[in-house]
This record gives sequence, structure tokens and C-alpha cells, in this order.
Amino acid sequence: MKSSKRSSSLVATAIAAALLMTACGGSDEGGEGGGATGGTFSAYIGEPENPIVPGNTTESEGSKVITALWTGLVTFSEEGEVEYNGVAESITSDDNQNWTVTLKDGWTFHDGTPVDAQSFVDAWNYTADPQNAQDGASYLGRIAGYQELQDGAATELSGLQVQDETTFTVELSAPFALFPAVVGYQTFYPLPDAFFEDPEAFGTAPIGNGPFKADGEFTPGQGMKLTRFDEYAGDDKAKADGMEFIVYADQATAYTDAQDGNVDIVDVIPPDVIESAESEFGDNFIRTEVSQITYLGFPTYDARFADPRVRQAISMAIDREAIGTAIFSGTRTPADAFVAPVVDGYREGACEFCAFDPEAANALLDEAGFDRSQPVDLWFNAGVGHDAWLEAVGNQLRQNLDVDFQLRGDLDFAQYLPLGEEKGFTGPFRYGWSFDYPAAESYLTPLFSTVSQPPAGSNFSFYSNPEVERLIAQGDQASSEEEAVEAYQQAEDLIAADMPMAPLFFTEIQTVHTDKVDNVRIDLFQHPIWSEVTVNN
Amino acid sequence: MGRYVARRLLLTIPVLLGASFLIFAMVYALPGNPIRALAGDRPVSPAVVEVLTERFHLNDPLWVQYWEYLKNLFSGDLGTDFRGRPVIDTIERTLPVTIKLTAVAIVFEAIIGIIAGVLAGIRRNSFFDNLVLVSTTVIVSIPILVLAFIAQLALGLKLGWFPIAGTREGLYSYILPGLVLASGSLAYVARLTRTSIAENMRADYVRTARAKGLPNRTVIVRHTLRNSLIPVVTFIGADIGSLLGGAIVTETVFNLPGIGREVFDSVRSQEGAVVVGIVTLMVFFFIFFNLVVDVLYAVLDPRIRYD
Repeated sequence: MKSSKRSSSLVATAIAAALLMTACGGSDEGGEGGGATGGTFSAYIGEPENPIVPGNTTESEGSKVITALWTGLVTFSEEGEVEYNGVAESITSDDNQNWTVTLKDGWTFHDGTPVDAQSFVDAWNYTADPQNAQDGASYLGRIAGYQELQDGAATELSGLQVQDETTFTVELSAPFALFPAVVGYQTFYPLPDAFFEDPEAFGTAPIGNGPFKADGEFTPGQGMKLTRFDEYAGDDKAKADGMEFIVYADQATAYTDAQDGNVDIVDVIPPDVIESAESEFGDNFIRTEVSQITYLGFPTYDARFADPRVRQAISMAIDREAIGTAIFSGTRTPADAFVAPVVDGYREGACEFCAFDPEAANALLDEAGFDRSQPVDLWFNAGVGHDAWLEAVGNQLRQNLDVDFQLRGDLDFAQYLPLGEEKGFTGPFRYGWSFDYPAAESYLTPLFSTVSQPPAGSNFSFYSNPEVERLIAQGDQASSEEEAVEAYQQAEDLIAADMPMAPLFFTEIQTVHTDKVDNVRIDLFQHPIWSEVTVNN
Repeated sequence: MGRYVARRLLLTIPVLLGASFLIFAMVYALPGNPIRALAGDRPVSPAVVEVLTERFHLNDPLWVQYWEYLKNLFSGDLGTDFRGRPVIDTIERTLPVTIKLTAVAIVFEAIIGIIAGVLAGIRRNSFFDNLVLVSTTVIVSIPILVLAFIAQLALGLKLGWFPIAGTREGLYSYILPGLVLASGSLAYVARLTRTSIAENMRADYVRTARAKGLPNRTVIVRHTLRNSLIPVVTFIGADIGSLLGGAIVTETVFNLPGIGREVFDSVRSQEGAVVVGIVTLMVFFFIFFNLVVDVLYAVLDPRIRYD
């Protein structure tokens, strides 16, 4: 889904310098004096890349606003189980291919219009239509008729049919048991009529169906005010009267502002302040394990990395623990599987070649006849702080495998991905992935299946294994969850042996908040659960 | 004078055209596909990329794209960014912030810089003179980025005298960033004034004025200062242009939603239309303030004539 593309920006190194100079110790005062306004709080966001429209937002910053303004068909428990606390009464199917979605009565948008079957179907059709150029279009790819729509042979998704006010049916192009989990993602949120009348105006004055409603427009570069939606039909009514999103150009500034109590929640703090933040914020410092995995991908199309033994050896030669501690101050834990621990089906140690073992690595490399005299290129995108840890990876290769390395980190994101698409990576490359819905499948299909090879998907290793394909399909069509998980695990085992991408780190994010608020919890999608936040006064 | 100003204004047209084309060409030359950067690690579907590429003429050759841009420009349309927001709205939103910041910075630069320079210049080698020399050296040698963080942490967070970030406290929010932004130029203005004053204090006309028996105050303010200000005014005038463009770091650190931050973001995401629009505007400011400076010359120094 979305990587930490926008972490600390141009100022990262200087922050450290400045912090040292002023000996940033414990904070003197807690909350601010003047601005207390009853039950409202404020939260940090970066500048959203797109207008505030669910189907057009796949990056983290806009998503934070959207989750405050919308509630989807289903919600997720802390363990990632689908719960029917959203708009849907039930989502059922006999064959995993033809699904019937039944909605609850009484849900309305912030403008008073009802949330009905049509508002979902219209929204999905709009998002999937390439003419509307919505970033989230590909999320609807499983629905029948998606390809025809992309090719221009149809004007809407043939798989969607409104039955009555509160019922619609969804036909998928292939059976998929996890469909109810998929629709929990924001691309599947409903849109009111007001959107279709003027999509552009809607982007700055969004109307959702969630616990908070917009109070005024979203001002780029500044943010947006929200108030509680009193007619909200869900159980998770907002506890606070209102909230404000404040846009910061730089995470570091937001963190400093939180130290002074000017912004109440900073959901992701910059890595270089983590250690001091823990002592300074005490109980108001929260660690959350999230779904993001950092991988080191291998260009399987490059003759040098075509042998799985080479890839296994490199994976085993990296001391993940050491890098996690030294460079990420413990915000990255060593990955030992291809799916994150927060999803169902994760098994500790599923990736056997992820354990640090330099001797075995050297033996494998010899066996494969790898040419150690040539340096290995390490690719990553520039400007967002990947340099340090990839250099550490390189140093470990040099130290443990006696292979020199060369950092290739001068491409911006806009050039990095297209290069990967053109099979341009000449060595291992950095890649990050978070799930779209809490399931192992949300890692396996996008990263390791043949259909996901670029430009259609994110299989930048260009890995292809028919057996993996078959097992994923088997999981998709399984009649029970256990059966599905088992098939996905078998697929994961095959991937672990082939090692097209080496999982390096699981991710933990660090959140701080002021004394003014409580009950700050981060959900599996890395968004604070805004409705639960309480304000102390 | 009127003809001179008119001629100078006419000259700005080719300069602006040339500048906008250069910027356009530079943005065009950036490798990569900006559409791809919109959605993070997840690839945008090929059909969507195609539609957006078409809509923003990204596949056309440079000349065609620039011609499209110019045509729209003459009908008052600066184009839209990839999010569909008109560039003109972006400028309207961000420019006032930068103008306020620059104004605050210029006021600091002029008032503090000139006063410090005059006081140091008329009492050469005094304690105050040395203080000005040392402190300006220190300020000039610290990069503005570091200065910004130190000011933010020390004066904002620790002492709590100023807001740390944002524009919530109105004009007061601009004091600290303004001071930081002005710091380098302020030091320069102080030194320039000091040298200029010190030089003029030894000039013949000052001796004459003193010989006439004019009070010291009149000699310094009416005679010395007025003459000494010519290089200073030139510098400040030219500086307005560079401050408008140089506010990138300050605006980012202090989270001011101004034009500098916008242009930085836009360069990173290759928002060509925004970059060209804003930078061309900056070029215009630069030219305009230089013109104002030239006109001011004649006011300050009656010997300078333009007709």
C-alpha cells in the first residue's frame, strides 16, 4: 500500500544537530495555557497528496482524515477479525464469488441523505472508471467487469447490482473468500449524491458518514476542523466534541509543537527523537506494531541473483537485530516471516533463511558460485532517510560475505518505481509494504504472484512460481478461514525457499500525545482511532 | 523618469518569458513520472496513469507543452496541479503568508541592521562596534537551518516566548521566523552600514558641515546617513527578492504555509505547473524590487538622473 515515503525531510540531520545543541531534556510545562476549548483536540498530519476523497487516497496522510470522516461496511477487531460494526448488516456468499451485501437501516451522510446500496455502487463505479483517474482504482480489480472498464469496453462494473435500498450484490471475477475483509478498506467507502454533482468541491469539503463531520473546508498546507456528527448511526460515536487536523511540513516541527502542547496527537514521531520522547512523554508515549514490512527485494531477472541460493545467502548474512537497534532505535524488529505478526496466519520463523547465520550464508554462496569480486548494488529511493540502514546492510555484506557494495540511492520515488518496472534494478532493492486488509493474502498476491508483476502490481522482483499461484488461488477459494490460512502458509513456505524478497524488518510506530487527551489507540492501518479519543478538562 | 520606468517594465516581459521557459524546461527535464509518485509504493493502475498523462499533456514534446501553458497563461489561467487545484488558488493562499514573513524580516533587517551599523560606524573601535562585528560574524557563519532549530527550541520551547510553529497567533507567529529569516541579511546590512558610515564620516562634505557649525545629530542623520544608505538600500531591495525565494527552510521548520514550502513540495512531486507559476512570480518580484531600488536612488541622491 503505502510506504513511509514522507518521513523526515530535508532537515533530518540538522534536527539531530540542533537537538544536541540545545540539550533537549524534560519538558517544563505540560499543556498550553490559552487554547483549551472544551472537548476538542488536535492532531498532526502531513500534506495529503490528493483531495479528500476515499477512492482517490491510498497514502497515509489523507487516510487519517478520511477515517475520521467515514465508516465503511465492516470494521476490524484489534486482532484483525472482521466485525460488523460498520454499515453492513451482513456480507454473505455461497460460492465465494457471488456476494450479497445487506446494509443496516438508519445510516446517513453528514448532509442528511441516506447511506444506501446505491451510494456504495455509485462510489465503486466511479473509483474504478479510469476516466476519473482515481488512485484507488486497482483495489476494485477483483470485481467482475473491472478489466472491461479499464479497456473502455464498459462504462461501469458489470459485477455490481443494486437489489433494493439496503441490498446489493457483488460478482467477483474469481472466487475470493476474504472479500468481506477487503471492503473494510477506505476505497470501498460510500459517497453521497453531493460528490457526483461536484467532485472537485467535494474534495475540499468532504461529506462522509463517519463519527466526525467537516466543519469548514480543508485548507491545503493548514488543515481542517471537524465536529462530532450527532446523528451518527454507529456504536463508535465520537467521544470528543470536535477535532482539528493541523498540516505540518515536517514531522520534527510537529513533535516540537507537541512538546509544548500545541498539537495533541503526533501519530508518527521522527526516529531521532524516539529515545528522548520515551522519557519525556512517559505514559503518553505509545508503541504500536503495524502491518508494514521492509523487504530487500532481489531482481530475479538479473543473472547474478537468479539462483535462489544467492538470495538466501544474502538474507542470512544480514544481522537484522543489530541494524534494528543501532539505526532504528528499536522501531524495527527483525522480520522472520513474509507476513506481519498482526495478521492471521503469521508463523514465527516462517522464513527459515531470515535467521542470521554468516557461516551457512558463505557456504551457500560458494555452492552457488557467486562472483564475490564484483560489488553488489543496493537500490533505494532518495531523500527519505533510507541511506543509513542500507549502508548498514552493505557493511554487513562486506563483513560477513566479503562482498563489496555500492549504494544506488539517488532516485526520487517518481523515478525509483518506474526503474523497477523496467527491470532496471541491478541489485537488491528496498521495498516497503503494508496490507490493504488484515490477511496474509494481502502480502502474497501483490508482492509474489505473477499477475502482480509491474505495471499491474508490485511484484518488483518479477518472481513467478506456478505452485505459489495455485496455492494462493486455493486459499482464495477456500470454504473456511482455516483452510485458506493453511493454503497461504504453504505458499509462504515456497516463497521462503525461493526468497524473491528478503523480509528484513517488521515495523513499530511511536505515537506521542499531550496530557490533554487520553485513549489514544492506533488501529491496524496505522491510523489513530479518532472517535475513541477523550479530552481531559 | 516616467519613460525610464516604462522602459524597464517593458523589459520585464521578455525576461519573464525566458525565465518561465527555462523553469519549464528544467521541470520537464526531471526524470521519472510524477503520476507514479502520487500513490506511494502501490502502483497506480495503468489506465489511470494513461488518463492523467493525457490530461496534463505529459507525453507531448517540450515546445507543445510550453505553448499550451503560454496560451492558458494569456487567458489568465495558470493551470492546475495533479490534484486538480488551480495554481492561482495555491498562490493566493500561500503568497500572503510569505509576504508577511518577508515584510517582518525586512523590517528587522532594516531597523536593527541600520541602527546597529550607524552606532558602530560613528564610534569606530568602541565596545559596541566590536560587539556588532563579533555577533554578526557568528550569525553569518551559522547556517540558517541550524539557527532556525536553535531559535525554535530555545526561544519557542524552552523559554516559551514565541509560538513554535504555525500561524495561529497572527502576526506574532511571524516574529521568530522573521528574525531567523532576516538574520543573515541583518548582519550584512549592519556591516555595510558601518563601513559606509565610517567612510563618509571622513568625507569632505561632512567636514564642511561640521565647519558650518551644524549640530552633530544633523550632520549624521541628514548628511552622512543619507549618503551612506545608498548601498544599503540597494542591498535591502535586492534582498526582498531573495528573501521571498529563500524562505523555503524557514517556512518548513516553522510550518508556515507559504510559497517557499509550496515550491519545495512541488519540486519534489514534480508539480510542473505550480513550480513554473510560483518561480516566475518570484522572478517578477525580483525584477520589480530592483526597479524600485533604482528609482529610490534618485530620491536619495539628487545627482542621479534617469532622463
